Amino acid sequence: MAFLRRRKRPDDDPDTPDEDDDKTSKSHRRGRKRRKKNYSCLDNCCWLVGCICTTWWLLLFLYNTMPSSFPQYVTEKITGPLPDPPGVKCVKEGLEPKHPVVFVPGIVTGGLELWEGHECAEDLFRKRLWGGTFGEIYKRPSCWLQHMSLDNETGLDPPGIRVRPVSGLVAADYFAPGYFVWAVLIANLARVGYEEKNMYMAAYDWRLSFQNTEVRDQTLSRIKSNIELMVETNGGQKAVIIPHSMGVLYFLHFMKWVEAPAPMGGGGGSDWCAKHIKAVMNIGGPLLGAPKALAGLFSAEAKDVAFARGIAPGVLDSDVFQIQTLQHIMKMSRTWDSTMSMIPKGGETIWGGLDWSPEEGYLPSTRMPANMSSRCGQNMSDTRMCDPSRINYGRLISFGRNVAECRASDIERRDFRDVVKGNNLANRTCRDVWTEYHNMGLDGITAIPEYKAYTADDLLDLLEFVAPMMMQRGTTHYSHGLADDLDDPKYAHYKYWANPLETKLPDAPEMEIYSMYGVGIPTERAYIYKLTPTAECYIPFQIDNAAGDIDEHVCLKDGVYTVEGDETVPALSAGFMCAKGWRGKTRFNPSGIKTYVREYDHNPPLNFLEGRGTQSGAHVDILGNFQLIEDVIRVAAGASGKDVGGDRVFTDIFKWCKKINLKL
Amino acid sequence: MASILRFRKLCFIEPTTKTYESFETPIEEKIQAIKEQEIDKNKKKRPVKARGWRCVDSCCWFIGCMCTTWWLLLFLYHCLPAGFKGPESPGVRLKNEGLTPLHPVVLVPGIVTGGLELWEGRPCSHGLFRKRLWGGSFTEVLKRPLCWLEHLSLDDETGLDPPGIRVRPVTGLVAADYFAPGYFVWAVLIENLAKIGYEGKNMYMAAYDWRLSFQNTEVRDQAFSRLKINIELMYVTNGNKKVVVVPHSMGAIYFLHFMKWVEAEPPIGGGGGPGWCDKHIQAIMNIGATFLGVPKAVSGMLSAEAKDVAFFRAMAPGLLDSEILGLQTLEHMMRVCRTWDSVISLLPKGGDTIWGDLDSSPEDSQPETHLTISSDKINNTKPQIELKQETKYGRIVSFGKAASEQHSSNLTSHDLLKDYLLHTAANCDEMKTEYGKISREGIMKLADNKAYTAGTLIDLLRFVAPKTMKRAEAHFSHGIADNLDDPKYTHYKYWSNPLETKLPYAPNMEIYSLYGVGLPTERSYVYKLSQSGKCNSIPFRIDSSAEGNGGAGALRGGVYSVDGDESVTVMSAGFMCAKGWRGKTRFNPSGSRTYIREFRHKAPASLLEGRGLESGSHVDIMGNVALIEDVLRVAAGASGEEIGGDRIYSDILKMADRVNIKL
Repeated sequence: MAFLRRRKRPDDDPDTPDEDDDKTSKSHRRGRKRRKKNYSCLDNCCWLVGCICTTWWLLLFLYNTMPSSFPQYVTEKITGPLPDPPGVKCVKEGLEPKHPVVFVPGIVTGGLELWEGHECAEDLFRKRLWGGTFGEIYKRPSCWLQHMSLDNETGLDPPGIRVRPVSGLVAADYFAPGYFVWAVLIANLARVGYEEKNMYMAAYDWRLSFQNTEVRDQTLSRIKSNIELMVETNGGQKAVIIPHSMGVLYFLHFMKWVEAPAPMGGGGGSDWCAKHIKAVMNIGGPLLGAPKALAGLFSAEAKDVAFARGIAPGVLDSDVFQIQTLQHIMKMSRTWDSTMSMIPKGGETIWGGLDWSPEEGYLPSTRMPANMSSRCGQNMSDTRMCDPSRINYGRLISFGRNVAECRASDIERRDFRDVVKGNNLANRTCRDVWTEYHNMGLDGITAIPEYKAYTADDLLDLLEFVAPMMMQRGTTHYSHGLADDLDDPKYAHYKYWANPLETKLPDAPEMEIYSMYGVGIPTERAYIYKLTPTAECYIPFQIDNAAGDIDEHVCLKDGVYTVEGDETVPALSAGFMCAKGWRGKTRFNPSGIKTYVREYDHNPPLNFLEGRGTQSGAHVDILGNFQLIEDVIRVAAGASGKDVGGDRVFTDIFKWCKKINLKL
Repeated sequence: MASILRFRKLCFIEPTTKTYESFETPIEEKIQAIKEQEIDKNKKKRPVKARGWRCVDSCCWFIGCMCTTWWLLLFLYHCLPAGFKGPESPGVRLKNEGLTPLHPVVLVPGIVTGGLELWEGRPCSHGLFRKRLWGGSFTEVLKRPLCWLEHLSLDDETGLDPPGIRVRPVTGLVAADYFAPGYFVWAVLIENLAKIGYEGKNMYMAAYDWRLSFQNTEVRDQAFSRLKINIELMYVTNGNKKVVVVPHSMGAIYFLHFMKWVEAEPPIGGGGGPGWCDKHIQAIMNIGATFLGVPKAVSGMLSAEAKDVAFFRAMAPGLLDSEILGLQTLEHMMRVCRTWDSVISLLPKGGDTIWGDLDSSPEDSQPETHLTISSDKINNTKPQIELKQETKYGRIVSFGKAASEQHSSNLTSHDLLKDYLLHTAANCDEMKTEYGKISREGIMKLADNKAYTAGTLIDLLRFVAPKTMKRAEAHFSHGIADNLDDPKYTHYKYWSNPLETKLPYAPNMEIYSLYGVGLPTERSYVYKLSQSGKCNSIPFRIDSSAEGNGGAGALRGGVYSVDGDESVTVMSAGFMCAKGWRGKTRFNPSGSRTYIREFRHKAPASLLEGRGLESGSHVDIMGNVALIEDVLRVAAGASGEEIGGDRIYSDILKMADRVNIKL
């Protein structure tokens, strides 16, 4: 109270009450103000803070006392009655849990927590470094980077640091607070009656190469025994596997691993998959890789392979900070072997050569989403189309727009492979951020644009040239080729297991494989690069943002050619295996496992109340797509691929597949 | 209105002061600008302002001041370097000694410490999907208490989920690392294990729904199958190293049940075969085990007054004791607790043989030295001797202080079930507790100058809570076996009673009993009839006015105490390892070695120590440095001899001697 009195006294002073009356003489007022100010300013601040706090508390209180059905009521008032969530719909139809369900999360969506760290991370024991609020990035960025990186040589833990995947459903239900990944699917499955005993999240450390997750954490063994347990305790009902994104490749690897003999594999015997798996429902799987991963490895510019950009786009794009941040990210993400699993696979056969590609003739604007076509029908005719014949999707990386568009015969390429790399460029001005680009020397760097255009076949050589250390690690764990003879004994090595073009599916004729992915969003397919002007400490290559059409319907935007897909994975990569490579009895699918392609057309949310949309087709948001969830529930409750409607295709995926000349 | 105007004005001023960090010109320029713009508004405002600061403003100012100071302090606190460090943790010390993980570790939590989350509920639980109902911050208790109680209850017929409600245990290490924010259970042990190199792949939390009877955790959630397969997995993936199991409290008898289950034949058992435990288990380190039950569970069942079996009271002691709210709360609690079968597993086992009869008990002539540590040291010499003869711990429940002290021949004999089965069709509308069915006369006769021992207690409970006991006794048994080879003992209801099962054949397995001593622990109670004649009210209460004479006696607030860890008596935690299983006995046919490790309670020296590094109390002992070191050493491969064999402070060996049991 003494406080109050002291503060009040000047106000009650007989001199001051009529201070504001005097509006003619401002100087007089000013003088008095000055006398008062050492109270008023501080007091006003306090007053303001108090006001804000009180209002905030009041609102918080009101919010907490608000009946929980209120937001839904408002939404329904605005948009009309909401459709039943698929879980409720299925319960009304009488569906019950039948098959246990296993989720396999993709890259970056799984949480990672600290088990042992350096001094700077002392109080973070068992706190999330990845996932959650990411508060530590801001508090101690370099410490965070240090702990998230793996060892450059081994691709395993650096000495003294142990970062481990979070386990259980919490590992990937939400990526950050409010940003769901699996949560919506889990909630809907729970409505039908699922719970932890028949749902399992196969969380793994997504930074490691697939085989290393077994070597370090025995993750594959863990998944195996958990599937066995669930099948056993659910009365022998086989499991339904739902991998997402990179999880698709991971599970492919798992299926080969579990049947392989013991030291390298899991020793489950050749009928393990047939006995334990009913269906594999791949969601947005980059089965043949994603061009985005390429850009990520080449210049750390992938937009959500590492999500890091999304977290702070402004900071990264500003010229001042860009250099160091991107280099830090590149340095970190290049220690992650898993990113190499998503380099485009199958070479020119799949991704197209200098002068052809399966998607050629495709224009981003030709196919409108089903419900949009009526609205925009007249627009389409007006739009000036770019010349489809000029787009060469096969040139995944071209230096300069004219290279990307000219005919193949006009490109003069000088081979970069024999160029002698110059001296180490790294000097003290670059501080401690060291990337492998510093080892290339000026000659090496200038040799790269001389080659002009890179197709899927040249990619590996390119990456090996710019990042020899990383690729040396990577090529022992992954292969990106196309098998001529699958019976070659070399294909028993685990590095081929995650490449669908170099492995046979297990012998499980009753199993079903679904490929479910979103379409209707432009997806990165090929890039136009440029040399960064000053190459000393920078990453020497950059996507040429300036290259692009200004028009709304464009072939080229910000240096990126886009095709149909889910924003991250092109439809071709997600759908090809199920549409052609594995369809019927082929050499990749000797037992004739049935495959289904299910596409989900992207419909952006109508208003912000819908959040990330119930009809989204985007790579991660598709996990909240009602149609997809319904399909999953039906299959988990016992339906077959035919029952849920067989193929469901919006794109020209079958036409594209036809253009791919692959021996089956 | 005025305040809003002023508020707006301040909004204009505020940013400028902050950006320019100057106090003079910018403000005035702004003020001027505002003035010029809104002259007419100023006219209205002026008289208001002339009044100066009003009450609301002062309040705002005050709150603002507090907040700013608070933030400032918070900011400073966060800026502080992590300078203050406690003593070196045992994990770091042992790591420097060169300890590395050898055996995988399985943690088995006890009752109430595991988290429970909602998977399906009634409409009132909207928005709580996969949120914790039990554990965590308990905010829902306060927000919607009735809804919360409804969801935590089980079905009182089956002991399983009520229709439409699915509450499931949280899985993983998070299940029981912290009970509430800042209140650790396993977290300290986990952290120390991690220091020497443990991580998710060789540490497993066997979380289970602690409300269910043990066998039902398998029936509903397949918790045993899950535990079995995880132990097998860890055994294989860690280079065929056997696991070290660390059960706490009720987890000890849960794991005992598991060991019998895993070797039994399916469909009741896990079908692991008779060598399973020998092959997979290195050691069992029971912490504060409730092997022979706890008297606390009796008072919990009778009158819902157990202090931390259910933790309820600790949360809001004032509320419960008040007469107005108290009755209802206690009854609700009792109704909920009585649907939990697991509580029955904690009733005293072994009858009069273990717990003493009307006239004598193993603890009777126990010197009171440990107890007097906490009490007055001056006058504990004379009264103590007199008291010794009077304290009859065997009478676990006596009605009236007199009944607890007088000679047994003066007590009314009791033939409960024969004499007065006076169940009336009571005229209470809502049958909230089972007491509503018992007539007042019946209750009077139950209480008439009676004392109940461990043997007759079960009859008493059967009488006052027939439904609960009927359900639960299909899952638990509380006797002593005469002949363990009797085929009836293959039934699962005997598996969690160490006096009615043989240990599995595992001659190389080690069994430790680690528990705290030096804290007064409830052993027997003096009850009275509660005055309220309202129907449905709980007719008995602990007679908290009953005090021992001299003040140094064990009777305090209606409760006789003995040595223990505040929840579990020394006898209950230590007897099996001290005598029942020691050497080759009929309970331990393969002669698994047993060790007793006692930890003398020492209250935390200062506030900074938190809950103490040398605590001996039931849950806080999980942070006891010496105990952690023992666990770490065994996990790293040491045997019981190497960590020092028995370590005893109490009279457990003498007491065990006094128990007359065939071995």
